[in-house]
Amino acid sequence: MSNEFSGRALIVVPAWNEEAAVAETVREIYAAVPAADVLVVDDGSSDRTVECAREAGALVLELPFNLGVGGAMRAGFRYALRHNYDVAVQVDADGQHDPSEIPDLLAGLAHADIVIGARFAERGAYQVKGPRKWAMVVLSKVLSLLAKTRLTDTTSGFKATGRRALPLFAEHYPVEYLGDTIESLVIALRSGCVVTQVPAHMRPRRAGNPSHSPWKATVYLFRAGFALLLALVRRWDTSVKQAVPLAAPPAAEKRMS
Amino acid sequence: MSAYIVALIGSVLILLGIFELLRRRQLSEKYAVLWLVVGLTLLVVTIFPGLLGVLSRAAGVEIASNLLFFVAIVFLVGVALHLSWEVSRLEDETRKLAEDLAILRLDVDEHVKRTTSGPDGKS
Ligand SMILES: Nc1nc2c(ncn2[C@@H]2O[C@H](COP(=O)(O)OP(=O)(O)O)[C@@H](O)[C@H]2O)c(=O)[nH]1
Ligand SMILES: [Mg+2]
Repeated sequence: MSNEFSGRALIVVPAWNEEAAVAETVREIYAAVPAADVLVVDDGSSDRTVECAREAGALVLELPFNLGVGGAMRAGFRYALRHNYDVAVQVDADGQHDPSEIPDLLAGLAHADIVIGARFAERGAYQVKGPRKWAMVVLSKVLSLLAKTRLTDTTSGFKATGRRALPLFAEHYPVEYLGDTIESLVIALRSGCVVTQVPAHMRPRRAGNPSHSPWKATVYLFRAGFALLLALVRRWDTSVKQAVPLAAPPAAEKRMS
Repeated sequence: MSAYIVALIGSVLILLGIFELLRRRQLSEKYAVLWLVVGLTLLVVTIFPGLLGVLSRAAGVEIASNLLFFVAIVFLVGVALHLSWEVSRLEDETRKLAEDLAILRLDVDEHVKRTTSGPDGKS
C-alpha cells in the first residue's frame, strides 16, 4: 500500500440474523482499521444481532422490517452522506470478507471511485460451481467491457465506495434482488465513475447459513441475466440532489462532475 | 384484415408501454417479468390467431374466445389477489413506520428536555 488513505471511512455491515458472527466481525474491523467507524445495519433480525453489534461497539441502524441487502446498504450510504464520510465500505457480517483487506480497498480508491474486493483474482480459495459460476462469468465479461478494465468478480459484496459515487448510491442504490451488485455497478459506470478491483480472500462463513442455497443456482442464473439486461436497458437518471442534509455542520462541499 | 392490423398495433403499443415503464424504473423487477410475459403472449396470439383455435381444440373448449376469456379471468383474479397481498403488507409496514416514528419523537423530546433543562441546568 503506497497510498495511505486519509479520509473518514464508514464500514457498513449489512446483517440479518447474524448474532453468532456479527460481534466478532465488528471487532475484527476495529482491529484492522481503528480510524474507521462501523455501522451495522440490522434488517429486522429476529435474533440478538442488534445487541451483539452494540456490545462490540458498532453504531447500529435498526430497520423496522426487512429491506434486503440493497435496502440496508442504501441506508448505510445515506448515513455516510449525511454524516459527511468520504468512503463507505461494505463488509458482510458473516465473516466471509477479511477486514484486514479493507486498507487495500481504501488504497485502491486513490485511482478509482469504486473498488471491488474480487474473490477469484489470485488470492483465496473461493469456489462456486454450476449455473451460478456461469452467471458470474458472463456478468464479469459484460461489466468488464462496460468498465473498460478487467473485473473478475462483479457479484462480490466487498466493495469500497468513494466520494464521487456516494451521493449517487445514497439516491439510487438498487434494492432489488441482485441489484445491489450488478445494477449498482452499471449505474456507477453509466454516470462516469471509475471501477477497479483488488484481489481479496474469501473465508468460510463464521456461522449461520448462506441466503443462497445451491438449488437456487439455476434460478440465480436466469435472474442474474434478467437483472443485467434490465440494468442495461434502464434509463438512469444519474443526477443527484445537490443539497444533502448534513447532520453535522457541513464542511466545504465539493461539487461533483 | 383491418381488425388484424388494429389488434397488432394495439399489442405492440402495450408491449412498448410496458417496456418504457420498465426503462423509466416505474416498474420493479418482479412486476416487469409478469407484464413482459403478458405483453409477449398477447403479441404472439395476435400475430398467429390460429394458435388460439389449436389450443382450445386441445383443451376441449368449443369456442376459442371462451378459452381466452377463461385464461384472462383466472390470470386477472391471480393478479388482484397478489396485489391485495402486497397492499396488506405495505399497510403493515407503513403502520410500523408510523409507530416507530412516534417512539422516536418521544425519545428525541425526552432527550432534548433532559439536555436543555436537566438538573444541572445546562442549556
Ligand atoms: N441487511 C440485510 N442483510 C442481509 C440480508 N440477507 C443477507 N444479509 C447479509 O448479507 C451478507 C451476505 O449474505 P450471505 O447470505 O452470506 O450471501 P453470500 O455471501 O452472497 O452467499 C451477510 O452479512 C448477511 O447477514 C437481508 O435481507 N438484509
Ligand atoms: Mg456470505
